[in-house]
Amino acid sequence: MLRSVSTFFHGRNAFYVSLLLLPPLLWLGTVYLGSLFTLLMQSFYAIDEFTARIVPELTFATYRQLFTHPANVDIVVRTVLMAVAVTIACATIAFPVANYMARYAGPKMKAFFYVGVMLPMWTSYLVKVYAWRLILAKQGIVSWGFASLGAEDTLENLLKTPVVGGPSLASSYIGMFIVFVYMWLPFMILPLAAALERVPGSLLQASADLGARPGQTFRNVVLPLALPGLAAGSVFTFSLTLGDYIIPSVVGAPGYFIGMMVYQQQGTAGNMPLAAAFSVVPIVLIALYLNFAKRLGAFDAL
Amino acid sequence: MTNAAIELQEASRAFGAVVALDRVSLSIAPGEFFALLGPSGSGKTTCLRLIAGFDRPDGGRILLDGEDVTDTPPYDRNVNTVFQDYALFPHMTVAENVAYSLRVRRVGAAERSRRALDMLELVRLGDFGERRPAQLSGGQRQRVALARALINQPKVLLLDEPLGALDLKLREEMQAELKHLQQRLGITFVFVTHDQGEALSMADRVAVFSRGRIEQLDTPRGLYTRPRTPFVASFVGSANVVEGALAERLTGRREPFAIRPELIEVLPGGAAAPAGSVACDGTLEDVLYHGASSRCHVRVDEQTVLAVARAESGHLAPLPPQGARVLLAWRPENAVHLAAG
Repeated sequence: MLRSVSTFFHGRNAFYVSLLLLPPLLWLGTVYLGSLFTLLMQSFYAIDEFTARIVPELTFATYRQLFTHPANVDIVVRTVLMAVAVTIACATIAFPVANYMARYAGPKMKAFFYVGVMLPMWTSYLVKVYAWRLILAKQGIVSWGFASLGAEDTLENLLKTPVVGGPSLASSYIGMFIVFVYMWLPFMILPLAAALERVPGSLLQASADLGARPGQTFRNVVLPLALPGLAAGSVFTFSLTLGDYIIPSVVGAPGYFIGMMVYQQQGTAGNMPLAAAFSVVPIVLIALYLNFAKRLGAFDAL
Repeated sequence: MTNAAIELQEASRAFGAVVALDRVSLSIAPGEFFALLGPSGSGKTTCLRLIAGFDRPDGGRILLDGEDVTDTPPYDRNVNTVFQDYALFPHMTVAENVAYSLRVRRVGAAERSRRALDMLELVRLGDFGERRPAQLSGGQRQRVALARALINQPKVLLLDEPLGALDLKLREEMQAELKHLQQRLGITFVFVTHDQGEALSMADRVAVFSRGRIEQLDTPRGLYTRPRTPFVASFVGSANVVEGALAERLTGRREPFAIRPELIEVLPGGAAAPAGSVACDGTLEDVLYHGASSRCHVRVDEQTVLAVARAESGHLAPLPPQGARVLLAWRPENAVHLAAG
C-alpha cells in the first residue's frame, strides 16, 4: 500500500511539493496575510462619533486624526525614538558578545554562551518585566547598589535629566530603556552571531595581510559582512519595541506608546479604525527600514 | 653580504601537546622560488603562518630582510599572502579587492583604480574589474588573489597551496604562469604544497617537512636523485626503500637504500641477470596501466613490494602474466644509500 503511494509520487515532483506546501501556504495566506489586509482595511473605515459604530465606508479621517492630533504624534515619536535607542544599544552590546561567540569561543564556551543567551527567553515575559520593576524601584537593588558604593548622587543626577529622568528608575524612560534592551538583546545577539560565524577567518587574515589595522579590518570587512545579521537583529529589536505594550505600562514614565494605544483603542475605547491605523505605523516603518538596509547593501552578501 | 629575504632561527610552535614546528632553521635568498613540501600536519603551513605573522613562534626568531619581525603584526610586514581559499572579500568588486591594500593605506581613488587595472591586466583579467568574486571561475579567483597580493610590490609573496583547488589542466597552466610571473617580478616566492610534482617543477629549492622538522633542503634535482632519508625518498617521486635483511643481502651493507621505479628492469623469471647489475626474484602482483608507462608491483619478500615503472613504448617484450615469477635488476650505481630513518 505505502509502496504504491510512494511509486505514485515518484517522478511527480510538482504534485508532491504542492501537496506539502499547500497547508502552510493556506494557513499563512488566510490567517496571516488575510488578517493583515483586514486590519489595513479597518484603518480606512469611518467611525460614527456618536454611536461609536464602525461604518464600512472608506475615509482618510483616521489617518488625519493620527497625524494631526498632537497627542497621537507624540506617541508615535516617543515610540520610534525609544525603538531607535533600544536598537542602537542592543547592537552595541551584542556585537562584542556575538563576535566572541562566533570567532574566539571554544566549543564548550560557545554552547555555554548560546544557552546563556537563550535561557532568559524560556522564562515568562511577565515575570521578567515585574522583576525589573522591583529591581529598578526606589528601594530596589540598583538604588541600594549605588548607595552602598556611595554614589547616590550619581543616580540622583541621572534621574534629574530632563525628559528621560523621573522620581525613580522604575518610573523613568531610562528604566524602561534598560528593560527593553534586556528583553530584546538575545534577538540581536543570535542573528549577529550567525552572520559573523559565516565570515571565514581567512578574510580577516587577508585584510591584516594587506596592511589593514584591526580597526580598518573591522570597518571594511567584518561590519559589512555582518550587516545582514545586524539588519535581521535590528528588525527584531525595532519592531518588538514598536509593538510592545506591557513594558511601557509596567515600567517607566506615564506617556503612552503605540502598543498601549492599539491595546486601548481596540479594547476600552472601541475605536477599531484608530487602533488599526496605529498598528500600521510599525509596518510602514519596518518596510522603510528594510528598504534602507537593502540600499546600504546589507543583503548583497547573502 | 646581502641579507636573506626570510630567515627562521630555531622557530618552534606547539598546539597543546602537538609540536607543529620543532626548532626549524631556514634561510631563503632574495628572488628565490622556494617550496615548503610535506604531508598534512608536517608543519609546512605553520611555517608559512609564522612568516606571514598570523601566528607567533613559541621559541626562536623570524627575520625578514635581516630585520627581526617575530613580534611584528601581519599588517606591518612587507609580506603578502595568496590564501588557499583565495579569501577574496565577497562584498567588494574584483577591482576593489585588488586595490584593498592601497585603500587601507589611504592612496587616492584615481591612483587606486589605475594601479588595480594594471595588476588585473598583468594577470589577464583587465575586463573583470567590475565583477564580484562569486561571478568568477576558480582559476580567475586565483589570479585575482595573486593580483591583490602583488599590488603593493611586497618583498616576499607567500602562497598557501595555491593550486590545490584547481583541476589538473588549469593547475598545469597556473604552474607555468606562476613561474613566469616570479621570474618577471623578481619577488621571493614561498609556496606550501603537498604535491611533490608541483614542488619539483616550480621551485628553485625545496624544504621537505616531516613531523615538524625539515628532513632535507635541496634543489629539486638533488632531492630526486640524492634523497637522504627513507621519508624523502618515498615522498618525493615515490622511490622504493629497501631496508633490513633484504638490503644487506642485495648490497652487503645493512643500511637502507632507495631505488627509483623507472630504474628497475623486469625480466621473466629464470632469465640471466645483466652483467654487473643487482638482481632479485619476486612475484608479479599487479600491473597498473598509466598510458605513457605502466606500474608493476613485485613482491620480493614478506615485507617488501617493489614498484617498477615501465615505459609503454611498444617495442618491449610483453610482461609475464600476473602471479608469475619475475627477476628484477638495476645498476648498483642507481641505488641511493640513505641515513637510517
